[in-house]
Amino acid sequence: MAQSTADDAPIVELHDMGKMYGNIRALRGIDLAVRPGRVTCVLGDNGAGKSTLIKVISGLHQHDEGEYRVDGEPVRFTTPREALDRGIATVYQDLAVVPLMPVWRNFFLGSEITRGVWPLRRLDIERMKKIADEELRAMGIELDDIDRPIGTLSGGQRQSVAIARAVYFGARVLILDEPTAALGVKQSGVVLKYIAAARDRGLGVIFITHNPHHAYMVGDHFAVLRLGALELSADRGQVSLEELTNHMAGGAELAALKHELAQVRGVDVEGLPEETELPATPASSS
Amino acid sequence: MSAQATTPSPPSPPTQSATGLEKRTAERSLARRFLARPEVGALIGAIAVYAFFWVAAPTFRPADSLSTVLYQASTLGLMALPVSLLMIGGEFDLSAGVAVITSSLTASIFAYELTLNVWMGVIAALVVSLAVGFFNGYVLVKTGLPSFLVTLGTFLMLQGLNLAVTKIFTGNVATNDISDMQGFSSAKAIFASDITIAGVPVKITVLWWLLFVALATWMLLRTKFGNWIFAVGGQKDSARAVGVPVARTKIVLFMLVGLGAWFVGMHELFEFNTVQSGEGVGNELLYIVAAVIGGCLLTGGFGSAIGPAIGAFIFGMVTQGIVFAGWNPDWFKFFLGVMLLGAMLLNTWVRRQASRR
Ligand SMILES: Nc1ncnc2c1ncn2[C@@H]1O[C@H](COP(=O)(O)OP(=O)(O)OP(=O)(O)O)[C@@H](O)[C@H]1O
Ligand SMILES: [Mg+2]
Repeated sequence: MAQSTADDAPIVELHDMGKMYGNIRALRGIDLAVRPGRVTCVLGDNGAGKSTLIKVISGLHQHDEGEYRVDGEPVRFTTPREALDRGIATVYQDLAVVPLMPVWRNFFLGSEITRGVWPLRRLDIERMKKIADEELRAMGIELDDIDRPIGTLSGGQRQSVAIARAVYFGARVLILDEPTAALGVKQSGVVLKYIAAARDRGLGVIFITHNPHHAYMVGDHFAVLRLGALELSADRGQVSLEELTNHMAGGAELAALKHELAQVRGVDVEGLPEETELPATPASSS
Repeated sequence: MSAQATTPSPPSPPTQSATGLEKRTAERSLARRFLARPEVGALIGAIAVYAFFWVAAPTFRPADSLSTVLYQASTLGLMALPVSLLMIGGEFDLSAGVAVITSSLTASIFAYELTLNVWMGVIAALVVSLAVGFFNGYVLVKTGLPSFLVTLGTFLMLQGLNLAVTKIFTGNVATNDISDMQGFSSAKAIFASDITIAGVPVKITVLWWLLFVALATWMLLRTKFGNWIFAVGGQKDSARAVGVPVARTKIVLFMLVGLGAWFVGMHELFEFNTVQSGEGVGNELLYIVAAVIGGCLLTGGFGSAIGPAIGAFIFGMVTQGIVFAGWNPDWFKFFLGVMLLGAMLLNTWVRRQASRR
């Protein structure tokens, strides 16, 4: 599963992509490919450019250099709607939900189901409530009341609703910006489960995170950003969790992190190398 | 490369089954759902004010007094309605008060100066009112400036234009009487006639008002556009990210305020036959007061169409109630201020009760 095969052609491809904010260079020389049924993890410190990267992919911003291709065809999206129409759906760091609106209205916001002809065209409320409820259950999310304002749900529940929404609306690529950042261990586990569920449905997933541990649990490919450039881009087979952490943290903080990691290792023990095997240089993707 | 890395472990299966999440409190009780409605606070307030004047002023009780109160409420409510929709959509319109006069003036001067059927003036006023709304919305979405500033600019511009243009054409601060012009009686029938319901004369604006409130309620809760209004006011960036046309929604909302200004402007013109060009200033705040009393959140994303109608009704009761009670009308603004603060406290309290689980 970790090895890419020739027949699963990338849906989204970036070639030498760069992005400026005025004269601040937020990204440069980014190469990335997102394939169906695989999870691409983008890691990096605060301000490394992770959010900027997905804003370009999702059509909120345009790139200034290089190429952005969808299904092999160069594109330049001017609105998120265009990206959505190509099957690229994003769950933002702030979740893109309207807190005061009910769960089912949020689920269908921007893609409401209607019936009747204008001027009597109206929302098909019964159907939307039913579908939202079914879809959420299918993803294993049970809510007591689908009419609740979404702002009253927990962070993990909100995140899961947003993922279920993207999956329902036929996303081929699902972009998640730090979905586990504000969550506890249990809630993070729930979200990681939905990421795996989306992958198993054949979606390409871009999973942005600070946490190499979370990344390593579901990732097939890892890209580490540092100061707007790719520091590492490797398949699962070419990099261990320890190396990944090393890239994220830099040598100095590593000892402290290793200590911390030793305590949470229960999550994915098999993937961890022995301490002596820590390579001094990044694994070159050959 | 380490041996482990060449044979990667499959992603660990999620350990936590979501069905295991314990089911929280069941359905919220009906009472809680009712309290969560935006207009509940206003409704309680309206009943209290009604009871107060019922006791304080015997002349407030008969049906034709109610009719007067409703008339007063309707002229405010017809504007408070689109202003509330705009507020739910997250914006203000400070030019709404003078825009009403701009509309009356346009119809009157256009028809009078060109000696046309007054209906031509009515159409011209519609075009101008919608254009003012479009201008507000367009400048707002293009510049990203807060609506407070954009519409403050429009407010000043319209106020100046109203006075200056009227003086150019009539040499006066008021327009000429148009009551003997062609089409006047049919226009008056639509915008300013009296009709009798169960022996009580009622201004037609009351019926229009109730009709529009019903339409707006349907639109807010049952249509796509209504959904978008809540979304752009609640969280603009989220709405944009899921594909809601935010700019278009906001522009249409401003144009609806223009539509309201046109309608009320036409009522004033055909009710009084002539227009005072300096009027309207300050009314924009009354519209906002009605919206806020009616439970619309000042910051957007929450509210209803019925709430501001109740707010306007309270306003009508207070204005007329003071007269019926034989008090000095100077007290009116004071009462309005008390109502506003009281309603805010009540709304906040009600909302807290509703969100407590
Ligand atoms: N709208 C903007 N205008 C100017 N500079 C920006 C803008 N957005 C981001 N930047 C800059 O671009 C760089 C990358 O920011 P970005 O938000 O992509 O980081 P990030 O990796 O998502 O960080 P975090 O982990 O904190 O979310 C930062 O230096 C940031 O200051
Ligand atoms: Mg970010």
